Amino acid sequence: MDMSPEVSSYPEESELELGLGLSLGCGGVKAKGFPWGECGRILTAKDFRSGFPGKSSAAAVGGVSGTKRGADCVGPPEVGSASSGVSSQVVGWPPIRTYRMNSLVNQAKAAKTEEDNKGVDGNEKGKDISKKKVNHGSNKNDAGDREKGHSGFVKVNMDGLPIGRKVDLNAYSCYETLAETLEDMFFKSTTTICSIRGDKEQQTQPLKLLDGSSEFVLTYEDKEGDWMLVGDVPWGMFLSTVKRLRIMRTSEANGLAPGFQENNERKKGKPI
Amino acid sequence: MMMNYFPDEVLEHVFNFLTSHKDRNAVSMVCKSWYRVERFSREKVFIGNCYAIDPERLISRFPRVRSLTLKGKPHFADFNLVPPDWGGFVYPWIEAMVKLGVHLEELRLKRMVVSDESLELLSRSFVSFKSLVLVSCEGFTTDGLAAIASNCRFLRELDLQENEIEDRRGHWLSCFPDSCTSLISLNFACLKGEVNLATLERLVARCHNLRSLRLNHVVPLDTLQKILGKAPQLVDLGAGAFVHDPDSETLNKLKNAIQKCTSIRSLSGFLEVAPCCLPAIYPMCLNLTSLNLSYAPGIHNNELIKLIRHCRKLQRLWILDVIGDKGLGVVASTCKELQELRVFPSDLYGVGNAAVTEEGLVAISAGCPKLNSVLYFCQQVTNAALITVAKNCPNFIRFRLCTLNPTIADPVTMQPLDEGFGAIVQSCKGLKRLSLSGLLTDQVFLYIGMYAEQLEMLSVAFAGGTDMGMLYVLNGCRKLKKLEIMDSPFGDVALLADIGKYETMRSLWMSSCEVTLGACKTIAKKMPRLNVEIIDEGDQMETSPDDRHRVEKMYLYRSLVGHRRDAPDFVRTL
Repeated sequence: MDMSPEVSSYPEESELELGLGLSLGCGGVKAKGFPWGECGRILTAKDFRSGFPGKSSAAAVGGVSGTKRGADCVGPPEVGSASSGVSSQVVGWPPIRTYRMNSLVNQAKAAKTEEDNKGVDGNEKGKDISKKKVNHGSNKNDAGDREKGHSGFVKVNMDGLPIGRKVDLNAYSCYETLAETLEDMFFKSTTTICSIRGDKEQQTQPLKLLDGSSEFVLTYEDKEGDWMLVGDVPWGMFLSTVKRLRIMRTSEANGLAPGFQENNERKKGKPI
Repeated sequence: MMMNYFPDEVLEHVFNFLTSHKDRNAVSMVCKSWYRVERFSREKVFIGNCYAIDPERLISRFPRVRSLTLKGKPHFADFNLVPPDWGGFVYPWIEAMVKLGVHLEELRLKRMVVSDESLELLSRSFVSFKSLVLVSCEGFTTDGLAAIASNCRFLRELDLQENEIEDRRGHWLSCFPDSCTSLISLNFACLKGEVNLATLERLVARCHNLRSLRLNHVVPLDTLQKILGKAPQLVDLGAGAFVHDPDSETLNKLKNAIQKCTSIRSLSGFLEVAPCCLPAIYPMCLNLTSLNLSYAPGIHNNELIKLIRHCRKLQRLWILDVIGDKGLGVVASTCKELQELRVFPSDLYGVGNAAVTEEGLVAISAGCPKLNSVLYFCQQVTNAALITVAKNCPNFIRFRLCTLNPTIADPVTMQPLDEGFGAIVQSCKGLKRLSLSGLLTDQVFLYIGMYAEQLEMLSVAFAGGTDMGMLYVLNGCRKLKKLEIMDSPFGDVALLADIGKYETMRSLWMSSCEVTLGACKTIAKKMPRLNVEIIDEGDQMETSPDDRHRVEKMYLYRSLVGHRRDAPDFVRTL
């Protein structure tokens, strides 16, 4: 299998990012001062401090404070006309209740899963859909730690891909569903990488990203800046500490967690 | 003078006919004896800001209160502008009511933090508790719901709207005892987890007075069919999942059940939907007055249109913008009784595909003479369109227009949208609520100050050019109660021009504007009956903040009880 050469450093700011949304793709927002490649980026305070729309014509939007708020921004900016030049992905805009936004995102995800099911067995079955969809009730871990009232979007990057994605962690109730979605996102939809999974027809896939059996493994950066293996701590605790995700090559992930080391050695011989 | 000779019971009897808070507040101001009679006979109290008063004072004035409505966080909290743990806790209110022996029967909360402990205390303390309505609240789990279900023996209404509820996968629904038959309204559409379907069916079957039932997304179509069979008297229905094989026996049974549900006037939900099943509900559409499909992105444009063609009596329509301008044209020609329209965006990450534009709104304004309330999200709007809408609809009470790009100009003339919104306020003399967006200068505020005499709530974002903008509004809108402004260039001059005005208002929110700490301090010092709160999320004023520093978020509100004692660290009351 041919993998594109790995990007060794993590040049965050210049990566394109696509959110999990109903329509993907990024318009060419020509906001002042933005290099072309950054149209899909989460916007932060640094982008906005140059004044107000009433005074100056183009890019400037009133200050949005703090990178903390960056996490609340959802998705890539829209295409705006060059003269307005303002992205709509500012905290608090568009003024839609968080509940409604989260619902839309979750429903979009369920719809996408449904489409995938259709592709698999040609039939749209009510029961299958209700099994596949995210069941927020099945939170088997300590949900008390989960932050409320927070949009929960984190960036996800995969080794070898310049394009990162974003997912809303609040849309998942356990590691398995998160891993499934990421596997769909990164292994099915990209054309530059052949599917690592052999068998698409299986409904119950072994979790390649979580068990160390594939070439890639899912890791996350926590609040202290350490990179950890996903899956070791209770889900609620994970939610409260995760800053971003990275799908890392298994070979790179050595030494991330003691438990993992064993797995790696056991499965080294497994064909990819 | 004559009225003093009436015994109190007569006065009380007369006052019972006054249902609105405003009316009752007015009569209580007439004279001392009216004040006295009114306060002892007041059963329903509405508190627009839970920090304006404390429960002890409230209860001492209205000892016979049975129904309490409380609102907590500022409106912009809906859009993530207020950090979690800001406040708005209901527990102290419930605790106080328990202690002071209130016979609470109804509690309606909006944007408040409700803990499981509060729900448990509530459920155990008020014997005749009947009605719990929670809108946009958070902080509780299904365990709290279980307590309500178990302990409130005469519960009539449990209405959960758009709350963030942690689902503990318990069996809260099963906690309604077999003896519970009093439910009139049950809405759990916002719950994310499973419910026991058999329990649900039994509950519905034994609550013969059930009028309103809104299901969550896990309730499948065949359960819906069984429920409708057992509750043909329903008036308001929220379907959960509406997915099935259209040629099945189940769907036939559903159609039969629907035939018998002749009372349904309000429909919502369809959180998951297979469009081919939709024709089953057409018979219901003929009598519908309210339709909310804003959480049904699975219904595509052409199915929506087919459905709406059946809804000739619709008064309220909430829908996604997938309906498109053409679809809105169909609404305009079909729904002649329409009073309220809300069009929500379906594509938050859109790349300029204009689902609805100003054309849709113009069509509605032309076709629906009774239209008085609009919330419209669109890609763009022109002054010409707004002027036409204003001419067609002089009866707007609420008008909220949100362009997805917050500073977009009129795409035809490239002008600001001042004239368009100006036409709205000039024409709609009864306008009470207005939200603006698009490229806007001080001019629009001049119009608002001049014409919007009944305006009570104004929401502003990315608008205006100088302090004059805000001044026009403060000077002109005599009835203004709530003003919320984000990302606009209004500063100290506007803020300080007439600080007495703020005591006539419920609250003022300003974020990402140009007001300084010094100005906020000035207000706090001069106006003891205003709480001036600064929300400081860490990056600003750590050590010895300079009065000249810009304040990122300020929320000020009138209060009879001084500074609140539950403010978190990041909220500083000046």
